[in-house]
Amino acid sequence: MGSEFVPLSLPPLLIGAFAAVACALPGNFLLLRRQALIGDAISHVALPGIVVAFLITGAISTWPMMIGAAGAAVISVVLIEVIRRLGRIEPGAAMGVVFTAMFAGGVLLLEQTDTSSVHLDVEHALYGNLESLIWLDATGWGSLLDWDALRHLPPELPRIAVTLLGVVLFLWLFWRPLAISTFDEGFARTLGLRTTALGLALVVVAAIAAVAAFDAVGSIIVIAMFICPPAAARMMTNRLGVQVAWSVAFALLSAVLGYVLAGYGPLWIGMYDAVSAAGMIATVSGVILALTAVFGPCRHRAGAPAGV
Amino acid sequence: MDIALVSRDGKKITEPGGQDSPLAIRGLTVSYGEKPAVFSVDMTVEAGKMTAIIGPNGAGKSTLLKAALGVVPAVSGRVQVFGKPIARQRGRIAYVPQRASVDWDFPTRVIDVVLMGLYREVGLLGRLRGRHVKQAEACLDRVGMKDFAHRQIGQLSGGQQQRVFLARALAQGADLYVLDEPFAGVDAATEKAIIDVLKALRAEGKTVVVVHHDLATVAGYFDNVFLINTRKVAEGTVAEAFTADTLHDAYGGRLATAQIAQVAG
Repeated sequence: MGSEFVPLSLPPLLIGAFAAVACALPGNFLLLRRQALIGDAISHVALPGIVVAFLITGAISTWPMMIGAAGAAVISVVLIEVIRRLGRIEPGAAMGVVFTAMFAGGVLLLEQTDTSSVHLDVEHALYGNLESLIWLDATGWGSLLDWDALRHLPPELPRIAVTLLGVVLFLWLFWRPLAISTFDEGFARTLGLRTTALGLALVVVAAIAAVAAFDAVGSIIVIAMFICPPAAARMMTNRLGVQVAWSVAFALLSAVLGYVLAGYGPLWIGMYDAVSAAGMIATVSGVILALTAVFGPCRHRAGAPAGV
Repeated sequence: MDIALVSRDGKKITEPGGQDSPLAIRGLTVSYGEKPAVFSVDMTVEAGKMTAIIGPNGAGKSTLLKAALGVVPAVSGRVQVFGKPIARQRGRIAYVPQRASVDWDFPTRVIDVVLMGLYREVGLLGRLRGRHVKQAEACLDRVGMKDFAHRQIGQLSGGQQQRVFLARALAQGADLYVLDEPFAGVDAATEKAIIDVLKALRAEGKTVVVVHHDLATVAGYFDNVFLINTRKVAEGTVAEAFTADTLHDAYGGRLATAQIAQVAG
């Protein structure tokens, strides 16, 4: 027991779970600030930046990727402003055009360049490569205490673990100001809170989580995890802290259940091939959202205020 | 100190006078886009009084206060709170925004909203203690909402929501209370509850500034008025500044002469 599970299933399970939680946590606040699509935007826009960073450095490593993604984000913001001003159209339309164009550009770049030496191709951009993140040096549970074996963990695992830690630390530290300024920004300003900087920090934290998760699990999970667990959690409770706890539970459930279903589900119904773990994790999160939308205790908008 | 500060209309911005004024505004101009919403306004709020800010729709009533408190950016102007820059006086100001400015579907309970008023006391990471909750409950009691402490805020009526906002301001324990349209769309019971609390605050020596839209109640509720229509129109006691002439200046043709005669002394 463990001799197969630890090298083959434990790392992808942990990476999937960490990535899901790292995206779901800031997703709670983005959702309440009506910025839920920022996760979507980031993961679309980041792709060409990551590809260009790879082309320049020739390797997939954290910092070039982050800088590339950030550069692509800046270019997108400028493009959106230019299109909005020159075309005199609403910002939503300008964003839609830029995000899809950036993603499409990233896909084209990927196809035209030789990335066969690393796991970077169109499919990887969408689904990630969760199943291939295995730990061949592990022989069983004992390897978790074996320094030599631990050194050969897939690098994605410590990367996403550190990212998750950073996300948790940020939310813990700024919980109160974030809650106050998300609910009532004007009031927050009169308290002396720097709401603009705080909002920007939240988006930056979300972007870092998105790029770190993107590398391991692809954009489908990133997009799903920013929205589905927080949205499902909102329908379980009317308290912010409880909502965040539910969103973590739903993200973990999606990651674990999705991974297991992708690996074994097809066998149970008589098919032979496993399906994409990333696709299944995102699907499970969607199913959880659908279930809470139908059965969640707080799914109704509370009575509309009388006399608005 | 003779710094050449010039406001938008070319007049020099003087140091806010009345060193102990709870809120002194000089040469404040605010612009959303090209047209100014508030243009070179001076205002000196009298301590220990209730002041109504009055003017037609879109006259910049709310904008004036929001800019003075730093909620929206100003193009130019100086603001002093109790004789000092506002950044050093945050703890002495309580602001009640318009009820419609927040999402009442936000996942939070009534008591949690009131506890937000204790942020400066509790701090970034300080623990919420029993006495903080007791304090918040006492504030809810003052506005007649104690029984609703554990309700989700979306389940309240408009008037109840407004009272929760007032309770949050009370929790701040401020010296200057700034309220933006607290009587808009509330029931008669809430209006009475709110005005009673505001009058009690005045009796404690606190200063209250209210953006107000109901001309019929101005004389009954307030000591002073400030009339604005992008520019300042009049400022003073109700008897001095709330007259047929000033109302005509502020509202132009929007008020019939008969209406003006009815409300103005």
